[in-house]
Amino acid sequence: MDLGLSETQELLKNSARDFLENESPEQLVRDMEEDEAGYSPELWSKMAEQGWQGLLIPEEHGGAGFDFLDLCVLIEEFGRALVPGPFMSTVLGGAVPLMEIGSDEQKAEFLPRIASGDVIFSLALTEPSARFDEEGVECTASVNGNEVTFNGTKLFVPDANVADYLIVAGRTDKGVTLGIVATDQPGVEVTQLQTIARDKQAEVKLNGATGQLLGNDGDGWDALKPVVNHYTVAECAYLVGLAQMDFEISVDYAKERVQFGRPIGSFQAIQHKCADMVTDVDGSRFIMYKAAWSLATDQPDADTQMSVNMAKAWCSEATRRVVAHGQQIHGGIGFTKDYKIQLYFRRQKRAELAFGDADYHRELVAQQLGI
Amino acid sequence: MDWSDSPEQATFREEVAEFIVERLPGRYQSGSREGGIVQSWQADRKSVDTEARDSAMNWADALAEKGWIAPHWPEEYGGAGLTVMEQFIYNQEMAKAAASPVGGMGVSLLGPTMIVHGSDEQKAEHLPRVLSGEVAWAQGYSEPSAGSDLASLQTRAIRDGDDLVINGQKIWTSGAQYADWLFALVRTEPDAPKHRGISFIVMDIKTPGITVRPIVDMGWQEPFNETFFEDVRVPAANIVGEENRGWYVGMTLLDFERSGISDAIQYERTLTRLIDYGKSEAGAKHYRQDWKILRHEVAERYLEIGVLFNFAFRIVSMQNNGMVPNYEASVNKLFGSETHQRLSRTGTKLFGLYANVWQREGEHAPMNAEFTRDYVGSVPHTIFSGSSEIQRNVIATRGLGLPRG
Repeated sequence: MDLGLSETQELLKNSARDFLENESPEQLVRDMEEDEAGYSPELWSKMAEQGWQGLLIPEEHGGAGFDFLDLCVLIEEFGRALVPGPFMSTVLGGAVPLMEIGSDEQKAEFLPRIASGDVIFSLALTEPSARFDEEGVECTASVNGNEVTFNGTKLFVPDANVADYLIVAGRTDKGVTLGIVATDQPGVEVTQLQTIARDKQAEVKLNGATGQLLGNDGDGWDALKPVVNHYTVAECAYLVGLAQMDFEISVDYAKERVQFGRPIGSFQAIQHKCADMVTDVDGSRFIMYKAAWSLATDQPDADTQMSVNMAKAWCSEATRRVVAHGQQIHGGIGFTKDYKIQLYFRRQKRAELAFGDADYHRELVAQQLGI
Repeated sequence: MDWSDSPEQATFREEVAEFIVERLPGRYQSGSREGGIVQSWQADRKSVDTEARDSAMNWADALAEKGWIAPHWPEEYGGAGLTVMEQFIYNQEMAKAAASPVGGMGVSLLGPTMIVHGSDEQKAEHLPRVLSGEVAWAQGYSEPSAGSDLASLQTRAIRDGDDLVINGQKIWTSGAQYADWLFALVRTEPDAPKHRGISFIVMDIKTPGITVRPIVDMGWQEPFNETFFEDVRVPAANIVGEENRGWYVGMTLLDFERSGISDAIQYERTLTRLIDYGKSEAGAKHYRQDWKILRHEVAERYLEIGVLFNFAFRIVSMQNNGMVPNYEASVNKLFGSETHQRLSRTGTKLFGLYANVWQREGEHAPMNAEFTRDYVGSVPHTIFSGSSEIQRNVIATRGLGLPRG
């Protein structure tokens, strides 16, 4: 039993922090809010050189062969630096499903290209019903040999504007079925949404879009469950890093901002907010890592499922409290576009909503408690 | 990061669990303890009921065989010299079985403090008698005018030859009515800055001039006392550590090793029983008709208990890696005590009108009125050992480096 980082993780964390402070500064984050693509291809390549897109991918497929706990250490740093771009989409929405259920040929075809930064993936799961469960998949799929054709609308697909491939979930008469769909075909129509976090999410209309069948006809939902679990915990890791930074910026501000002749951080009204912030950041971190550990070490299914739902239920709400306090501590300057704290506030909401907010996951916890 | 036991840890856990199954007297095997304040073992050893007294003694003897009355003390002083991780596992297993700890404050606070600061004579006199269960200790820190601002305490100890003569009053001396000895902070140098004129002193509670008067609390129980000192003559040799340095002696050791994880496990057990009760015949009657609107609130309590477990685990993990916890212990106390109150509140909400019932007996008392009693009994938890406000101050100033007000 231990809560510390391993030496490798410590190294990964420190090198990622240094790298991202230089390569993903606030200005880049702001520029990408207004950029059509929403990411920097130059940074994307440099990240691939660091081995990050392939961190989780086995060495035989050109990756680094690290485990999911290590990845969460990295993603925490991504949250801290608010790194813009399709990293989570590609790794959690592309590499993970391919590793889980891809055929040997599919792994050989796609994983090395993900690791090298040559392709961008995303997961096209949610639809206008905005549900995260099996019933939410209404897009139709029809299987023909190793091919699958989709008709329907996907909504809130992250980074679809730049993705080369989408992992699409559709429904055949056998059930949910997955396919690897190239976006450069006439049957794929991407319409970008303007979002609170100014990230890139899109409506994707599939009109006879065709791709490789991923897994088997009808077993798509079982295959997606671990994918959704990993992605959900990765969003928690992102939230933890984001909240940690929001908290640090706010404490620094409280030490500098002078009113009534003294730093506002000397007032208990502010001090107690800061104390609650660190309690929520730390609490989120450990509950997230417990879920990540559970997934990485293949703990019993029931324990893992519970820990994933607990993590997202807690992190969603606790980090919302943190960024709300962050805004309040900053007062007027905090709600200007020029000041950085609002960048965290808006992005927290995106990740809070991703794969279900606190209410959604608390309901799942309640069900598992048998109430 | 690893939430699972190493093979050695698993073996040790099994050893503790088996020991408890074999040796824990029936009296302690089930049942709920409310409020976390009343130390049932301490009360039992002075009980008029012979079964209670025998149970207390048998349990103490069983633990003593293993050195587990004071598992965290070094072996040379009769402890088991367990590593912090072993203590963590030991405390978890004890809490899972709801096994009453033995020795109270003598084991948790007085002993560790004396081991660090006491003279050889003091150690030889007091430590064995803590371990044998012969002497129970109470703590005299707070005063009517020195609560959160403890260092402003005014109980005066004036030198007279080889003695100190003590006058003043302590309050909230938990368990003093069952105790044999008292350790206290007293002012030995009134003109020094307030933290620098305090000494840590021990005394027999039957010393002439000491009067212990129980305080009846809002739940009509008597967990606390007022303790009065009127010309109480105590040898100056009873000062532990350096004279006038008692503030630092008293603050050396915090009992976070035990309380954190035991509370998390106790709350989880309590919540599980609350949920199970709803599925029983009696529970179906006592749960309010519209209880399902509280499902998410119950789930939130479960999340909080999970978070609390990790906070306790973090402290142990830090110590195990050679780090000294700073604000982390305050986070633990703050979050734990507030979780405790929320848990009791959720229980009372589930029972609707039945949450009125205070009596433990009869068909109208849900779970023997445990939650209603804990709703009242948990009120002090956010106040004693540093209130929630003090904990937040400590986190902000000592932990985050915010300027003091």
